[in-house]
Amino acid sequence: MKIALFATCIVDAMYPSTARATVSILERLGHDVVFPAGQACCGQMHLNSGYFTEAVPVVRNHIEAFEAEEYDVAVAPSGSCVASVKHQHAMLARSVGDSDLETRATAVGARTYELSALLTDVLGVTDAAAQLGSWYPHRITYHPSCHGMRLLRLGDRQANLLRTVEGLELEPLPEADQCCGFGGTFSLKNADVSSAMLADKNANIAATGAQLCSGGDASCLMHIGGGLSREGSGISTLHFAEILASTREHPAPPPGAVRGGSRSAARLAGKGRQ
Amino acid sequence: MSSTYLGMPAVPVYGSGNLHTAEPFPVAARRELDNEQLRANLGHATHTIRDKRLRVVAELPDWEELREAGSATKAAVMARLPELLEQFEENFTARGGVIHWARDAAEANEIVRDLIRDAGADEVVKVKSMATQEIGLNEYLEEHGISAFETDLAELIVQLDHDKPSHILVPAIHKNRSQIRDIFLREMPDVDPNLTDTPARLAEAARLHLRRKFLSAKVAISGANFALADTGTLAVVESEGNGRMCLTLPETLITVMGVEKLLPSWTDLEVFMQLLPRSSTGERMNPYTSLWTGVTEGDGPQNVHLVLLDNGRSAALADERGRSALHCIRCSACMNVCPVYERTGGHAYGSTYPGPIGAILSPLLTGITSEENASLPYASSLCGACYDACPVKINIPEILVHLRSEDVQSRRGTKKVPGQMDVAMKAASWMMGSGRRMALVEKALPLGKLAAGPDRKIKKLPGIAAGWTRSRDLPAPPAQSFRDWWAKEHEDTASKEQA
Repeated sequence: MKIALFATCIVDAMYPSTARATVSILERLGHDVVFPAGQACCGQMHLNSGYFTEAVPVVRNHIEAFEAEEYDVAVAPSGSCVASVKHQHAMLARSVGDSDLETRATAVGARTYELSALLTDVLGVTDAAAQLGSWYPHRITYHPSCHGMRLLRLGDRQANLLRTVEGLELEPLPEADQCCGFGGTFSLKNADVSSAMLADKNANIAATGAQLCSGGDASCLMHIGGGLSREGSGISTLHFAEILASTREHPAPPPGAVRGGSRSAARLAGKGRQ
Repeated sequence: MSSTYLGMPAVPVYGSGNLHTAEPFPVAARRELDNEQLRANLGHATHTIRDKRLRVVAELPDWEELREAGSATKAAVMARLPELLEQFEENFTARGGVIHWARDAAEANEIVRDLIRDAGADEVVKVKSMATQEIGLNEYLEEHGISAFETDLAELIVQLDHDKPSHILVPAIHKNRSQIRDIFLREMPDVDPNLTDTPARLAEAARLHLRRKFLSAKVAISGANFALADTGTLAVVESEGNGRMCLTLPETLITVMGVEKLLPSWTDLEVFMQLLPRSSTGERMNPYTSLWTGVTEGDGPQNVHLVLLDNGRSAALADERGRSALHCIRCSACMNVCPVYERTGGHAYGSTYPGPIGAILSPLLTGITSEENASLPYASSLCGACYDACPVKINIPEILVHLRSEDVQSRRGTKKVPGQMDVAMKAASWMMGSGRRMALVEKALPLGKLAAGPDRKIKKLPGIAAGWTRSRDLPAPPAQSFRDWWAKEHEDTASKEQA
């Protein structure tokens, strides 16, 4: 299958290892990955903040970039960006009265998948250790992000994939379905409420005893990780794609070793590559 | 959406009364966040009611179909509201009731005051009602020498404490038992000075206090949960029985109801009586449901009035993308699951309607250009828990985004200097509108890495981003974007293949 990768702006610029992990997983399953070069961002930040006029060129760019490439399905390692592509692009086109763009947006949205949905529903991955060689011998917990959970109805797909990684112990997160408080510009406009939500989320993460929190949205993980880092907690965050891509030969950074996660990051990273 | 002419005025008449917040949400929220007692009470109460709701909802195998039916019925009501209102008026009047139409809060208050005076009364008992909260009826009556006594236990607590409700269903959710005991000791004339804070003792004190009022009041004021067009019937759903006392004992009964509360027929109640108690109190059935159709000679109130309130509802109805907010049956499920409400409480929203539904309803009823209310649609992380919980499937997150766009658009027209957010969004739009430009900007990533310093964290950001770094670090950006890595990787592959 020819799969077009939508890296999403935050992963492209801030967490390139998540996109590399996505490529690695798909190639290991024997698929061709292409990267439509014109892509930039899904426009979710503009849309959710009410800047519809500014969102139009961003959304148009996404549609054009993904129309320009020949592929079977597109994939992004992000529930919220896929939710935006699938649910918001056509809505925006409709609100500016562009029915041609609406049709094209719907077509691109229809063949765009969130990573765990693609792996589970299309590519038939049920056992990460057996099918991908996934190995991550650590105790972790997992936060399901709101858009994946509620707009895409991903259910337990991400957690189920993590559970089948060799050596991984998954600790249940209390009140897992509670929002971490990121919400894009919400965390700027209502920074105090957002911080209060984050504090509760991070207390729940700490209560699991795990040293790492995984999830499927880089933005939520950046928010959670940013709070943990400020608290001086040793707990780090890592996208589930990087854990699925982790093998004995090429292990993902162990808990505490992720960029911005701990002062002793470099030391731990060295230790991880035994 | 239907494009049928709905008979709406060309210029919408916006609502007034207790729909306006006095300060922007972030300011009010910050103050409320400092109240540790409030957060502890709220956290406990919302979690309890949330769990209860999930339990009883799970008992119904057709819950999703019920939500669908509720939503469809409400959509049908909105599509032919003028016609249904006329049908209701005809039936209500034919059975001895009197209808009064009120455009806004001021008109409704005057109508109620005149009716009380006509009845020769200077005090009234009240059934808990959101509509009368919305129009500020109690305060208005007090200014005109009429005492209004709330009879719902939680409303009574709030009223005695000279406070405002902070939740539409559990108005005293922000107070705990010992606070309530102190209020009773301070404010109830004949209270037992040895009153303890056990719930049974508190309820008994309230009952003794209220009993005299029920027996002496000549006029009662209520809201209504539903109005049935085909029979002209009104319905009130409650838990304590105080409502039934008010609806049956006094000679005059005045109901104030928003025009959106109509249902086409009696049979529609079947769906809503399953949806409402489960969503609001987590009960299979509420203890008291009272229905009345006009006047019955020798039984119950002999003067039955209904004030039909617009107060911005026509304006909300005229907003195609926001109008489903009027489907709301005031169950409060959305606020009980909202992470923002859970931390700030209801007072932060400023309006009679707090939480997610308030964040859309208040601006829809008052117009997005009313300055402080324009901050309400941003009081959400768009997590979507409210939409999942809503028994009539109001897509609150989508309406929040719609109202944000209305706000941005309305500010665009003014000559105001663009804010930092406006400038940032414009710049981001330029950058993110092209992969080539994005790649160019990403070349600056190593600069960010430099700014982060040796511990690879950014701890202080300027301007609008400063709020982020008050409680969160930002990781240093990587040395190279994925795009760059991909290009180099595939360059290598290409050259290797050539070699």
